[in-house]
Amino acid sequence: MNAMTKTGVAALKLDDLRKNFGKSEIIRGIDLEIGDGERHAVIGPNGAGKSTLFNLITGRFPPTSGKVYLHGQDLAGKAPYEINRMGLSRSFQITNIFPKMTVFENVRCSLLWSEGYRYSFWNIVNRAQHLTEEADRILEQINLTERRELPAGVLSYAEQRALEIGITMAGGADVIMLDEPTAGMSHSETDYIVDLIRKVTEKKTLIMVEHDMGVVFGLADRISVLVYGEIIATGKPEEVRANARVQEAYLGAALEAEH
Amino acid sequence: MTDLTQKTAHVPPAVTLGNTLPWILSIAFLAIAPQIFSSNSAITIMNQMGITIVFALAYNMLLGQGGMLSFGHAVYMGVGGFACVHIMNMETFFSYLPLPFLPIFGGVVGMLLAVIVGSFSTRRAGTVFAMISLGVGELIAACSVIIVVFFGGEEGISGDRTYGMPFFGIEFLQHIEVYYLTAFWLLLSAFLMFMFSRTPVGRMANAVRDNPERAEFLGYSSRWVRFYSFVASGFFCGIAGGLFAINYEILTEENLNLATSGGILLMTFLGGAGFFFGPVIGAVVFILLQTVLGLQTDLWALYVGALFLATVMFFPGGFAGLLMMHVTPIRLGKMHVLYVPYLKTFIPGILAVLGICSVIEIVFHARHAPLGDEDMTIFWTTFNSHSIVAWIVAIAIAVIGVWLTKKAAPGLVEAWHEANTPDKGASA
Amino acid sequence: MDLVLVNLIDGLVTGLLLFMLSAGLTLIFSMMGVLNFAHASFYMLGAYFAYQISVYLGFWVGLLLAPPLVGVLGALVERYGLRRVHQYGHVPELIFTFGLALMIEELVQFIWGRNAVNYVSPEILNFTAFSIAGNAIPAYKVFMIFISLGIFIALLYVLTKTRVGMIIQAALSYPRTVEALGHNVPLIFMGVFGVGTALAGVAGVIAGPVLSTFPGMAIVLGSIVFVTIVIGGLGSLGGALVASLLIGWLTTFAKAYNIRMEDILTGVGFSKPEPIWDSMWQDLWTITSPQIADILPYLLMVLILVFRPYGLFGKRDA
Repeated sequence: MNAMTKTGVAALKLDDLRKNFGKSEIIRGIDLEIGDGERHAVIGPNGAGKSTLFNLITGRFPPTSGKVYLHGQDLAGKAPYEINRMGLSRSFQITNIFPKMTVFENVRCSLLWSEGYRYSFWNIVNRAQHLTEEADRILEQINLTERRELPAGVLSYAEQRALEIGITMAGGADVIMLDEPTAGMSHSETDYIVDLIRKVTEKKTLIMVEHDMGVVFGLADRISVLVYGEIIATGKPEEVRANARVQEAYLGAALEAEH
Repeated sequence: MTDLTQKTAHVPPAVTLGNTLPWILSIAFLAIAPQIFSSNSAITIMNQMGITIVFALAYNMLLGQGGMLSFGHAVYMGVGGFACVHIMNMETFFSYLPLPFLPIFGGVVGMLLAVIVGSFSTRRAGTVFAMISLGVGELIAACSVIIVVFFGGEEGISGDRTYGMPFFGIEFLQHIEVYYLTAFWLLLSAFLMFMFSRTPVGRMANAVRDNPERAEFLGYSSRWVRFYSFVASGFFCGIAGGLFAINYEILTEENLNLATSGGILLMTFLGGAGFFFGPVIGAVVFILLQTVLGLQTDLWALYVGALFLATVMFFPGGFAGLLMMHVTPIRLGKMHVLYVPYLKTFIPGILAVLGICSVIEIVFHARHAPLGDEDMTIFWTTFNSHSIVAWIVAIAIAVIGVWLTKKAAPGLVEAWHEANTPDKGASA
Repeated sequence: MDLVLVNLIDGLVTGLLLFMLSAGLTLIFSMMGVLNFAHASFYMLGAYFAYQISVYLGFWVGLLLAPPLVGVLGALVERYGLRRVHQYGHVPELIFTFGLALMIEELVQFIWGRNAVNYVSPEILNFTAFSIAGNAIPAYKVFMIFISLGIFIALLYVLTKTRVGMIIQAALSYPRTVEALGHNVPLIFMGVFGVGTALAGVAGVIAGPVLSTFPGMAIVLGSIVFVTIVIGGLGSLGGALVASLLIGWLTTFAKAYNIRMEDILTGVGFSKPEPIWDSMWQDLWTITSPQIADILPYLLMVLILVFRPYGLFGKRDA
């Protein structure tokens, strides 16, 4: 697969990224380059710092030291909304939607900024036909057209996860980060979500944290293995699978558990 | 082709009967109301209602739409009103200003104050926002006795609306003229506030209310979304202040204090913060209670307080929420299932409330009436509040009412479930 | 210098009184995330209960019985009111306690009338404890200081040295973990709410005779208490203490020393416009410190929020 970028600049680049909470080092110096259009999975045992890594990249926490570059631009000191405007969007491990608003409204709200509406108080959103069409197109893609007018809070878990992905990709960001998109799902629900991810991340850069090895090896172009805040291996799925350190530290046990 | 029609079907046309009918009915009602309720006191009350509705709707831009609880919102209306009285007193300028335009100045002043306060108070939502709003409200209310030039000290400031430039020959000497001016501004403000809730920033106010963090990851700074809602609310509060200045021609410390701020919270929540029209119901009901009940008993605030607490605990959707609960039964065509159980529960329910209120009134009279004054009148009946018979009758009514209500309640619950379940055969 | 000492004592009395209220409020807030708007109403109930008891049994029995009564009432409110509203979120909880404050004020007027009741300090404390340069310090003030300090030390002891205190401290930071460890968190909540309101009750019992016991006493003190905990930083006990004392001394000194704006302005080099009543700035020129003493806490709050949005000792993620 083409791990290298088309433009020559990595979609996302981490440079010796570190994070301490008090005295404990959670992220201990991560260097990583993810190319444009790559599907990259981050795996690792519980407590390895995967979610923290996501939170550092998306501006939820400031890093203790090190840099994050999005398309070559330094993200230091930027708030989540500024990072989002630069073309990075994320989902959450715990479903994070607008529960009292309708499914349609959820998707439409996530379109507003990228469609240039900003803090406008002179446009009426119902009148903006292209917004409605685009939101409906996304609903179609995530198979929630029938649920359009329901409050998002009453959807089933799998549907809420699908909506979460819909919201995440609606803004048209070209770097999508998904935090455990299939967590807590049944087999058939997982298949549905994997198809959905494959469909919506076409020609986009995807970075995801995932526990389900089937999903990881089915979707990812490259995989990074995070153990105790350090990346011990990065490479194509077959390389990672063959890596002795990975086998020893984590994957062996996980693969055994699968069988 | 089918695809296209399906998509356009989702975009509603600009003007439909469904979305214009409420407005047309409101215009018609406001136009003819003074013909139906033509007494001077009725028009005074309707003016008060109109002003309060504008204020309550503006307040709900924060509470209902934005999830921000303000304990000091009276100051935005008050300061806007004070500014308008000052304009009334600027003789040369005011004589060139037609009175109907005065509320705009109130709105701008309210908005400016909201810009200043909002710049630091909207940084955080929830409890912190509530406490800051309380502190700022108290600060400005306390300033009214210190900054005498602007607030006029304890007696406040007053003006005369008739010094303005006549507007098409109208000098606003009469109440009814002020009524139509208020009604015009009420409709215009309500329409603009409704439209605001349909703009991108209005929609995002809902999103930030539901989940501020998620909104941040969609490109919106929740702080600025709150700020813009706050400023817009300040503007419409100022409009209400201007209307108040026109109607009463005097503003005092009372327009700024915690009691006024609390009152607007109370009526907005009673009416139902979750719906756009909720505050309208709240303001109308509250003012009716205040004027009608206030004439009958000294304890009206106690009853309103109890009603408020019961609403918070049992019906957080308020009156509007209670009304909207009936949408499903109406859609299913099963309202008829509810009529009899409603009668069976509410008649004894009302009896119970009246009984309990009688007990409270009798106790209050027996305890606090001046010595020797033992006669009291409630429900058109005069009796001795110290007589044991009165006590027994009141307690008996209360107990029987409660008992009958409790007995009928399970039937109502059952009927409610029945009314909300589609009939067999009919597809959901 | 002697006057400074007198004012230090007066300010300490006010500050400690504020702290008794803000401590309970902070405890409740950090545990449950609920800011109890009716907190000062429980303070008022403390004063009224103590008054009613003192009519029959004297001041000391009132001091002993009124706070636990208020605490039980507070616990009942938590159990049957607040817990029900909890499911709707923090804003409805705050609205509920606001409604409760209204109700308590109305009920107090219903039972005891609109005027102040004759609740006085016990005769045994009606003497001058000591004098500083001719300024008499009444024994009751000294008694108030001792009661406040005693309660503060007891609270500190319970929180840091006892098992219950450990659980409460843990629940402050990690409520879910504490629940997972098998502690009955709803019961702890009810207890903390009861204790917090009882503390407010104590404050009411001892403040009633000095500050007068009337239906408006809750509102008068209530807003100041909220301002105190915002200044100190929501959820910080230490912050509440510092802010209480700060406000106590600030208002006392502002009232005791007549600092006139006129002197400051002329000192800086402005000249006073004559006649003053025609000037736009007349209010600025005529301001004196006793006049604005009561709004100083609010001004302080606004200033602190502009420069330190999380208060003096607030945690960022509170």
